Amino acid sequence: MTPTHGGTAVADEAKTLINDFSIEVATVNGSGSQTANNTLMRSIFRMGVPVSGKNLFPSNISGLPTWFQIRANHRGYVARKHDIDLMICMNAETAKEDVTKLKPGAICLYDEPLKLNGLRDDLIWYPVPFQQIVSASCPEPKLHKLVKNMIYVGVAAQMLDIDMAEVAEAIARQLKGKQKAIEMNQAAAQAGFDWASTHMPAQQRLKIRRDNKTEGQIIIDGNSACAMGALFGGVTVVAWYPITPSSSLVETLIEYGKRHRVDPATGQTTMAVIQMEDELASAGVIIGAGWAGARSMTATSGPGISLMSEFIGLGYFAEIPSVFINVARMGPSTGLPTRTSQGDIELCAKASHGDTLHICLYPGSMEECFQFTYESFDLAERFQTPVFVVTDLDLGMQNWMSKPFAYPERAQDRGKVLTEAQLAEVQDFARYRDADGDGICARTLPGTPGGKGAYFTRGTGHNERALYSEKPEDWKGNIDRLRRKFDTAKAFVPKPLLEGSGSRNGILAYGSSDPAVKEARDLLAEQHGRHLDYLRVRALPFTEEVEAFIREHDAVYVVEQNRDAQMASLLRFFYPEFSTRLKSVLHYDSTAINAQTLVDQINAFEK
Amino acid sequence: MTPAQPNLNQLGLTKQDYVGAKSTLCPGCGHDAITSQIIQVAWEMGLEPHRVAKLSGIGCSSKTPTYFLSSAWGFNSVHGRAAAVCTGAALANRSLINLIASGDGDSMSIGIGQLVHMIRRNVPVVYILEDNGVYGLTKGQFSATADIGSTLKKGDINTLHPIDPCTLAMELGCGFVARSFSGDPKQLNTLLKAAFAHRGTALIDVISPCVTFNNHDSSTKSYKNVKDRDFPLHELGFVPYFEQTEVEIPAGEAREVQFPDGSRLTFRALREDYDPTNRYGALQAVHEAHAQGELLTGLLYIQPEGPTLHDQARLVEEPLALLRESLTKPGPKVLETLLEDYR
Repeated sequence: MTPTHGGTAVADEAKTLINDFSIEVATVNGSGSQTANNTLMRSIFRMGVPVSGKNLFPSNISGLPTWFQIRANHRGYVARKHDIDLMICMNAETAKEDVTKLKPGAICLYDEPLKLNGLRDDLIWYPVPFQQIVSASCPEPKLHKLVKNMIYVGVAAQMLDIDMAEVAEAIARQLKGKQKAIEMNQAAAQAGFDWASTHMPAQQRLKIRRDNKTEGQIIIDGNSACAMGALFGGVTVVAWYPITPSSSLVETLIEYGKRHRVDPATGQTTMAVIQMEDELASAGVIIGAGWAGARSMTATSGPGISLMSEFIGLGYFAEIPSVFINVARMGPSTGLPTRTSQGDIELCAKASHGDTLHICLYPGSMEECFQFTYESFDLAERFQTPVFVVTDLDLGMQNWMSKPFAYPERAQDRGKVLTEAQLAEVQDFARYRDADGDGICARTLPGTPGGKGAYFTRGTGHNERALYSEKPEDWKGNIDRLRRKFDTAKAFVPKPLLEGSGSRNGILAYGSSDPAVKEARDLLAEQHGRHLDYLRVRALPFTEEVEAFIREHDAVYVVEQNRDAQMASLLRFFYPEFSTRLKSVLHYDSTAINAQTLVDQINAFEK
Repeated sequence: MTPAQPNLNQLGLTKQDYVGAKSTLCPGCGHDAITSQIIQVAWEMGLEPHRVAKLSGIGCSSKTPTYFLSSAWGFNSVHGRAAAVCTGAALANRSLINLIASGDGDSMSIGIGQLVHMIRRNVPVVYILEDNGVYGLTKGQFSATADIGSTLKKGDINTLHPIDPCTLAMELGCGFVARSFSGDPKQLNTLLKAAFAHRGTALIDVISPCVTFNNHDSSTKSYKNVKDRDFPLHELGFVPYFEQTEVEIPAGEAREVQFPDGSRLTFRALREDYDPTNRYGALQAVHEAHAQGELLTGLLYIQPEGPTLHDQARLVEEPLALLRESLTKPGPKVLETLLEDYR
């Protein structure tokens, strides 16, 4: 059981990495590895060390390879790290490949029967007899497969100096309420720890030291954060059709709703959730519900937006509030359902035929997933239009540290809705008359008594009174007003965030690229002496700060996770005069973006 | 039934209060006859116009909501998908009285999936399928209800099996399935009243000849052809919940169906072996009649019970759209509780 050191030179030169390394665990999908992976990640988090966890999973329920990447970083960098420092091989099928991609000097902990140590001589090998340990520690053979993964957590904890009390607590919190499972898993982790203590020589390459950088924080996924945002945004009608990677958003919302939107006395709910037959119908339901005055939403992914586009155009043109959350995955077509992308930026901005422009929000953190979702309902009702919350798989399904969310104290903005009493004061109600000059007209809700508010909603050309019209002046007046309304939204959407000032060139990014950009800026400054201001765009329509940023920098590196530089295209559409200043820095190989890619591309531009 | 005063219904409204804009359909269109009965029934039943949501898809039939109840909220949505819009509106405001005007093109081709699933959910709506066997607005192509052997004006013969909206709806468990004919206003009037009394989805397939593109002799949906084949199953009478007077029950053996609101539908069988409360028997009879070239009209199937969309969603009584913020936005303590699970 002695670890075999390949190149001794590598081992000698290696200095200890404290609270700054990455772990990858290779397992089989459906083997219960998720609990073990989360336990390891949360144990590090509980040690006070900033951490992130990314699940690279197949589009499959059981039996295919899956990987979990944990990055611990004392500076708080949470983007994916390109190189793995500790590999844990639990899957025979991928073990060879998993080992091949490692950089020299990496540590590999593996299931002993795989006999991987012959594959390379420049890695540090730790064979572990998992089956033997699980047999000795777990009395029930049929549960061996389930708890086997928890053994590696104990082994890794011993190796990295993670406090077993934190491991035990992480298990207890995850399996809350299931006492037997908690005890069984804690015993398995302890067995791994004990085995490693007596059989495995200590290593000094990677260590976790207790710190205080995670105090008060939570670890959450963006889909849960969006679901929470919807709950506190007062959503009343949710229509959906399951699609990876957005399904867990609605499923989580359903759970929240059962707990907090049902009257315990009557069993009646204030939140209708309806699973439709397809995305077309889901969009139809939320358009119908928004028309009738509900706060309505759906959550989907790119293929769903494609299908919903007809109704989105109707919502835009007939001016009906509704919220579309797009948890983007890799397209085109079915693409890679379980891989992340920012490939739907243009799709969401201009969904449907004809001239359309939609309000889009681009959250870049868990707090923003929460905040932008609840704000999207205000925006949808204020502007009487479909509003997109554009996240992606990386934000939506991965594990992110966050400050706890601040409660939305602000009262709901239900927009310009005329009540029966207000209608009584109105001389002459016309649904599409721009009385305030902001492009937003007053609407009425079906069912309002008094006999004055009824109008006819249509996707065909209409005049101020919502009557069918083919007159050129009616058409142009209406479509121009819709653009005016879109521009009015500039004063209501989240402004971009600026970091740094005075640099000649700058970086512009959005959404899930944020952690990698922040890390890349530090690397560029510290290792290459390049200082770059950074603007993170958070919404469409772009506000004047976006234009100012581009104007004030000679070159703007627009960071995106798609092939066609879609955000840059939108920037060129709105600011054609600055077209040549925009330089695209792209990452679209289906993995989550990492800082080094950005550093390399920006360095190439700056030569 | 007699309204309070000859020209006023129980809300004190005249029939004129239920009309809409002037029809722009072809003169003589069957759809206009249906529109007339919708106006008549809404007035007689005393529907509050502001509570009516009249929805449609795309096509000639889908234009009709502009021609009735101008004080109701209308929604001319996208092709074949009024069903989903209606489902959303029904969830948002459960006090709305929903009516969909659709056609055979809208409902039996692009919209068939949405209709099917709307029926499964038993969305509260009177769904009027104005059925003429052709696409009128695009100038006379076959629709999916065209019979085998029926011809287009220019001679093309349909060789594809028709889809029967009524047997489809019965198969799906729709609780109110009726067929009528735009040329039989009396029957349509009674069926419409009963449909408004039904709590869930009420589908009425109304054969409504297209006078411009499908009214020639070789069409099975011409006015003459339908009139010849029309076989009314029963004589119908309807007593709304607010009427205390005895209805004129046709002589002979009469049956009665009571709706949850207290309204009653009476019918005397003209075809003795037809029982509209027996789904399997009804399905068989409709299929057999079709094979013999007969068109059975009337109430084909009725089952007034059965949970509706609202029952299944277990919504609060107050319309969701009108809930106060305090009921839809949980307090700060709830946020703290939820966040605790992520620590």
